[in-house]
Amino acid sequence: MFDWLQHFADWLIYSVFEIGAETHLGVALNFFVYDTLKILILLFVIVFIMGIVNAYFPIERLKDYLNRKKLYGLEYFFSSIFGAITPFCSCSSVPLFIGFVQGGIPLGVTFSFLITSPLVNEVAVAMFIGMFGVKATLIYVVSGILLGTIGGWLLGKFNLEPLLSDWVKQILENKMQQAKFQEEHRTFYQRLPEITNGAWDIVKNVLLYVIIGIAIGAAMHGYVPENFFSAYLGGGEWWTVPLAVIVAVPMYANAAGIVPVIQVFVAKGVPLGTAIAFMMATVGLSIPEATLLKKVMSIKLIAIFFSVITLCIILSGYVFNILL
Amino acid sequence: MSKVIKILGTGCPKCKSMTNVVKDVVSENNIDATIDKVEDIMEIMKFNVMTTPALVIDDVITIKGRVPSKDEVLKLLN
Repeated sequence: MFDWLQHFADWLIYSVFEIGAETHLGVALNFFVYDTLKILILLFVIVFIMGIVNAYFPIERLKDYLNRKKLYGLEYFFSSIFGAITPFCSCSSVPLFIGFVQGGIPLGVTFSFLITSPLVNEVAVAMFIGMFGVKATLIYVVSGILLGTIGGWLLGKFNLEPLLSDWVKQILENKMQQAKFQEEHRTFYQRLPEITNGAWDIVKNVLLYVIIGIAIGAAMHGYVPENFFSAYLGGGEWWTVPLAVIVAVPMYANAAGIVPVIQVFVAKGVPLGTAIAFMMATVGLSIPEATLLKKVMSIKLIAIFFSVITLCIILSGYVFNILL
Repeated sequence: MSKVIKILGTGCPKCKSMTNVVKDVVSENNIDATIDKVEDIMEIMKFNVMTTPALVIDDVITIKGRVPSKDEVLKLLN
């Protein structure tokens, strides 16, 4: 599908700039040009498609549905899928969280949403397709959704309601009056320009991270020797997965910046499962997210939340390494 | 009568672009309105919105979860 891009990169670097295909610089520059263009195309397409899905996604109806129906455990799964579909914006996570809890949805189900929402997002998916291919992306998305399902179910087993912030508890007690909302009736063509603009905005926002990430990746690709990491990290020792995950939790790297670097790790010998676990911990849990959540829950609850998810990610890292 | 416009958002990029759009529309068309930016999550939740940014005109939520175009805002204000 992207053959023409590779031809273009070959032509640009080897013919126009006349940098030899056998030099480190030539290889690194070729990799950089090819990957940057490929990723930007993928990013725009996927963000655009998700923009359309989001414009029509009936959040309120889904909330009511989850609340009314007895789903025998499937509600965790649905909530997790919902988290995967909603856009990647931590600022909307907290209002959605409160909206859910307020709508009478159990805390565990709400957590399923909260886990998957940052974990599976359109930017990460686009980067993954570009760098690891469709199969690895499917594994990432499916395991992200399962992780949210299981994590939420586990957290639902604890009695966590008392650990919410006081003002959230107050909201839960007094049913607040609903502000009036004018229903929108607009056609697809009326919405199309703003969906396109929204997609451009997201691509523009991550552009810098993509370029930096791919530049670092390209530099490593050309200069780091084969199997460099397997000598230290990739040997499959049992402690490599927890180490990768625990290092990654406090980190807040934009998915756009981290995937190209991880791709080189994998190319140089780190097992894919360890890399996926690292990626999940980086985008799924972070210090800024904890700061946001502090407004709605106590530190103890955040600690429980982060520990359970960290454990789940470590376990899934082992599972990937066995399966892949 | 002066309109009261409230923009609900915790300060993410989308909320900022909504604020800019609304400010532009109000000043370009000389609309008599006060613009109030609500950034406190507790205040935002009083409006019961689940997606930000949201645009509230005279206590009616008109837009939530996306950045509107200038034309759209102008229509809502007239």
